[in-house]
Amino acid sequence: MTVKNNTLRKGGRLGELLRSRESSLLLVMVLLVAVIQWRSGGKFLSSTVISQLTQNYAYTMVLSFGMLLVLLIGGIDISIGATLALSGMSTSLLMRDGVITSPILAFGFSILVGLVCGIVIGAIVSKGKVIPIIATLGMQYIYRGLTYFVSNTQWVPSDKMLDGYKAFAQGNLLGINNLFWIVIVLFVVMLVFLKWTSFGRQIYAVGSNADAAKISGINIDRVKIIVYAINGAIAGLAGAMYTSMYATAQGNMANGAEMDVIAACVIGGVSLNGGQGSAFGVLLGAITIAIISKSLSLVGIDAFWQQALKGGIIALAVLINVIVQRNSAKKALEGREI
Amino acid sequence: MSNTVLELRGITKIFPGVKALNNVQFDLREGEIHALMGENGAGKSTFIKVIMGVHQAEEGEMYLNGEKVNFKNTRDAQKAGIAAIYQHVTAYPHLSVAENIFIGHLKKRFGIVQWKEMHEEADRLLGELNADFDSHALMGNLSVAQQQMVEIAKALSLNARIIIMDEPTAALTKRESEELYRIARKLRDEGVAIIFISHRFEDMYALASRVTVFRDAQYIGTYQVDEITNADLIKAMVGREINDLFPKPQVELGEEILRVENLCRTGYFKDVSFSVRKGEILGLTGLVGARRTEVVQTIYGVEKLKSGKIFWEGKEVKVHNPAEAMKMGIGLLPENRQIEGLILDWGIGRNITLTELKSFVNKLFLDEKKENEVSKDLAERVDTKAVTVFDKASSLSGGNQQKVVVAKALGSDFKLLILDEPTKGVDVGAKAAIYEIMGELAQAGYAIIMISSEMPEILGMSDRIIVMCEGRVTGELSREEATQEKILALAMAKQTAAEGSV
Repeated sequence: MTVKNNTLRKGGRLGELLRSRESSLLLVMVLLVAVIQWRSGGKFLSSTVISQLTQNYAYTMVLSFGMLLVLLIGGIDISIGATLALSGMSTSLLMRDGVITSPILAFGFSILVGLVCGIVIGAIVSKGKVIPIIATLGMQYIYRGLTYFVSNTQWVPSDKMLDGYKAFAQGNLLGINNLFWIVIVLFVVMLVFLKWTSFGRQIYAVGSNADAAKISGINIDRVKIIVYAINGAIAGLAGAMYTSMYATAQGNMANGAEMDVIAACVIGGVSLNGGQGSAFGVLLGAITIAIISKSLSLVGIDAFWQQALKGGIIALAVLINVIVQRNSAKKALEGREI
Repeated sequence: MSNTVLELRGITKIFPGVKALNNVQFDLREGEIHALMGENGAGKSTFIKVIMGVHQAEEGEMYLNGEKVNFKNTRDAQKAGIAAIYQHVTAYPHLSVAENIFIGHLKKRFGIVQWKEMHEEADRLLGELNADFDSHALMGNLSVAQQQMVEIAKALSLNARIIIMDEPTAALTKRESEELYRIARKLRDEGVAIIFISHRFEDMYALASRVTVFRDAQYIGTYQVDEITNADLIKAMVGREINDLFPKPQVELGEEILRVENLCRTGYFKDVSFSVRKGEILGLTGLVGARRTEVVQTIYGVEKLKSGKIFWEGKEVKVHNPAEAMKMGIGLLPENRQIEGLILDWGIGRNITLTELKSFVNKLFLDEKKENEVSKDLAERVDTKAVTVFDKASSLSGGNQQKVVVAKALGSDFKLLILDEPTKGVDVGAKAAIYEIMGELAQAGYAIIMISSEMPEILGMSDRIIVMCEGRVTGELSREEATQEKILALAMAKQTAAEGSV
């Protein structure tokens, strides 16, 4: 027998966990929080700040899970901010005009709009063979333009929205904000979807080696379209979360949100070359971004420096990511018997 | 007799694990076109790269006009007046012809590029070659033949006195080849010495005065073209001993499982017909550029067919994608296992189960325990040497990677396996193991199509052999009648009847 008993992994599961990117990221997060807590004079770790943080950045975290899927297949989507705006705006408009009469319907409609946006992108990328960054750059302008067009460049103010819709974002369950519950549920779904379903495995296969996946009988176009569709639907969901939270809809909302989202994924260890990344890593990455965004003003850093500092932290995280991956590739080569 | 301009003696080049050239010699005279021939892997391309300074030989000497030289890189060789035109044109498609000609030695004055001068010089060179395009044309818009002309102009702009052409006619039509012959003769008459590598006898007869043959990295001999017959030349190219490491079992052949008729794909192959039966190993062979891989990839649904029919178990079928081919029962083990066969970052087990993921789905979710058990069984069946099924595929040796690719195919319910160069880059021990597995599979009733460039393997493992040449089937041989000489003659068969574009 040449392949030994496979129930034992090298070093065991615990060793694997300790050596993983996620655990080192967790450590970084703890350090970051400690520094912020100290610099802010103990103001950071309070129930108010934490509940604000989980509420305000829930939509970025949700978007990050969609982006994870897209990055895993080796794509990218920079139109999600616009998709969020279009779905959030059209939902709010229909609410204003009395077409949508229940919060559930509003969420459903917003997801539907996002889904359609995502399918269009998926079709352009897979069937049209346009590289994702160009395709989504173009669609970003179209979706943003459509947002202004359908709203006639007007706002939807708070008093035109359903009370139940606005209340949802402020409500709690077991002391946790409703919006953050969405993050938790989506996280669990992603975890299971990526690890224990055959479609999840196919996503990794396409991103790791599309040629091999094709020869292995995987329909690559289908995987791509579905992934962009899911990502669009998630952006639609985020659109509802966003408008529910701010209780208004504006044409320029979530402008540039995709940059925070991509940064969250990269910090969480997702490879921009595709095929590598986990839901847990992305959750940690998104929380890290939220902590940075929330705390920089709290620590008393000049607004002018906040952006630069944020960028510096992101660049550092990417650098670490590259070094860690290069080392693991080197280890794999060393283990090769010749 | 004219002077010898280039001479190589006792050249040996070793790559990790293989001797690519073993004590090889060669000489080239002024104003001579010298053909260099040999099978795939005979060492011709490596030899050229040694001359050009791309590779440094471990042993041996090179003399240029009687003086010992030692090129560290291509630049040295170019300075000494040697230029090579490689099989695959290495041009910059987005730049103009003039830029391509002068890349690396741009005409500059005070650091400023002299465009006018360069274009004039380029146009003069192109005029000498009778080119039908000018120096402003975009490289990417030219045909392969025109691009070669640019490469030749580049060689001339470097004042090359020795030009090496590596299979220049492989991608040309007959008319374009004639044009190339004309240019080669013109250069020869001007005193340029040319080394001309080709698989085509017609090229050799049209141009060369002498021919040198390599076989298995060794020098076999140099002959006067008008003194040697085709048969003798073929013998020189293949005349090796074949020892018996082929455990080919006798298998009772079953019914026909796949038949293809007149398959065509524009620009690749034409009128390809053959069939394969259960329990049969069908060898598909030919030289580089015979389009064997393209044929099987088309049958497998990777590429689209222009015309022709595919019959599976007697019924006509259309295959649109690999998933459909797999559903029918065809498995493909691609030639380039690192690119198309495996996901190197993944563990062995996950690679093996990728084709049959659906069978591990239990109520929506993957049953990892079952997956690990099945993949372990399969990995053991082909005797993969690894610690666990979680070992990354990239950590395995070439032979073991190939075994994993085989295991991957065994996990599905296939009836026909297409093995594209199954032992390429695999060490001798693993080779024997792969042959053994092939034999067992044939006994178990699998039909097998084996693409191979290795003559011993084709002769040793096939029940029947189909030989292709430049996109056409040029012959079919039974196991009994097949010899190395017959196969090579067919693989180099001139297309007389249907000459022209495919």
